Amino acid sequence: MNDMSFQTIMTPAIPKIAAAREAKIIASAVDVHYGDKQAIKNLSISIPDRAVSAFIGPSGCGKSTFLRSINRMNDTIPGCKVTGKITLDGEDIYARNLDVVELRARIGMVFQKPNPFPKTIFENVAYGPRIHGLARDKQDMERIVVESLKKAGLFEEVKDRLTQPGTGLSGGQQQRLCIARAIAVNPEVILMDEPCSALDPIATARIEELIHELKENFCIVIVTHSMQQAARVSDLTAFFHLGVLVEVGDTDVMFTKPQDKRTQDYITGRFG
Amino acid sequence: MSEHIVKAYDDDLASLTTMLAQMGGLAEEQLSRSIEALSRRDTKLADRVIQADEKLDAMEVAVEEKAILTIAKRQPMARDLRVIMVAIRIASDLERIGDLAKNIAKRSHAIYDNIPRRLTKGLERMGELSQAQVKLVLDAFAATDDAKALEVWRHDEDIDALYNSIFRELLTYMMEDPRMIGACTHLLFAAKNIERIGDHATNIAENIYYLVNGEILKEQRPKKDKTSITPFSAVNND
Repeated sequence: MNDMSFQTIMTPAIPKIAAAREAKIIASAVDVHYGDKQAIKNLSISIPDRAVSAFIGPSGCGKSTFLRSINRMNDTIPGCKVTGKITLDGEDIYARNLDVVELRARIGMVFQKPNPFPKTIFENVAYGPRIHGLARDKQDMERIVVESLKKAGLFEEVKDRLTQPGTGLSGGQQQRLCIARAIAVNPEVILMDEPCSALDPIATARIEELIHELKENFCIVIVTHSMQQAARVSDLTAFFHLGVLVEVGDTDVMFTKPQDKRTQDYITGRFG
Repeated sequence: MSEHIVKAYDDDLASLTTMLAQMGGLAEEQLSRSIEALSRRDTKLADRVIQADEKLDAMEVAVEEKAILTIAKRQPMARDLRVIMVAIRIASDLERIGDLAKNIAKRSHAIYDNIPRRLTKGLERMGELSQAQVKLVLDAFAATDDAKALEVWRHDEDIDALYNSIFRELLTYMMEDPRMIGACTHLLFAAKNIERIGDHATNIAENIYYLVNGEILKEQRPKKDKTSITPFSAVNND
């Protein structure tokens, strides 16, 4: 393949959401290798603040790999090498002197399977603020926990059992607990890696409603296998295929009039 | 277009297209029969046209139901979604063409035997033009050929021009001989109906363009039907 085949198509040339919001994360010419295998090829994208960006594409297309590159989760994978540049508010996140722990407090993450700590509901949320020293005293910690649970839309359901284990909650509640845990440390960006794929439709709807509320204040990036979910929740959609970012654009246009044939074939269920 | 991974989805979309092709064939037939009934004043044929319209109405309902079911089952995106939207709109245009044909056929009951043949000549010519337009646009749909659809869209002005001259001609006859007013009025309505059929053909053409390109045709269609702004005196002064 020549270099031109890596040219990402913009739909439209300047997506409306990119024009309306400041860019929070900018990736330029990012390559990711797992040993000899190249997982991401020459990827450049600008992710808007206070909006939801969805990454879609078939399995193994590199969307999760790129998501993990944003908060340097790939650092822990042996043989994984990230080159190119990714900035958060203009700051290089792969800079030598950057504190990765602090970076992950700024860029929170929610995973596919809810993974609450084997601790109480309260402790699950309090854990992050405690290790980052965000609470002045006990009352302050209580305030942070309650607020985070409220923002995650879980407080009303768990307020009488904060001292019970988080693992005793339903799947949807556990996922909202994980979101509460992620937002308790006041992040700027929330990365979600298929946050609803283990949930039933009702719990999924609750999470989607929550994502909609959270985008007022956060930059949200979601990887999803459900095209309908991407269409419902996101403002910007990025389509990945074979490690290449094929097309990026306003969700409204991407799902009605994509430019690239591969995007069209994927979203209409024709990929073979 | 390549196939869907779920083959039954392809079947759903294909059956919509088949239903529309059948509807189109029937609408075409209704149109040609209605013109024939009018020009030959064949009331028996007219009755058959009137009766057959129910079938078109039922087919439109069937297309709509199939479209709604497909949306509910498949959550279509991008071009697939346009195929469905366009199917609903085209079915509605074909149903209207059927209604107009029925209306033309009805008038053969009202027109007396003694009106001169030359009066219906222009109508027949208009009928031929509109039939050709409907046929061409249905071919364009079957082939999803937007260039052909645009051809239909541009040629509508020929029908408009002919309608314009028939309008003037009939008005002249009515002024010359008031006994002709009754028959001429019916013929005028029939001409208007044919002109409307041409408009529905262009609607279908616009939908084919949308289906292929994903955007509405923005260009303004040339309009030659000036009858609605022609003052009565102007007809005499020519």
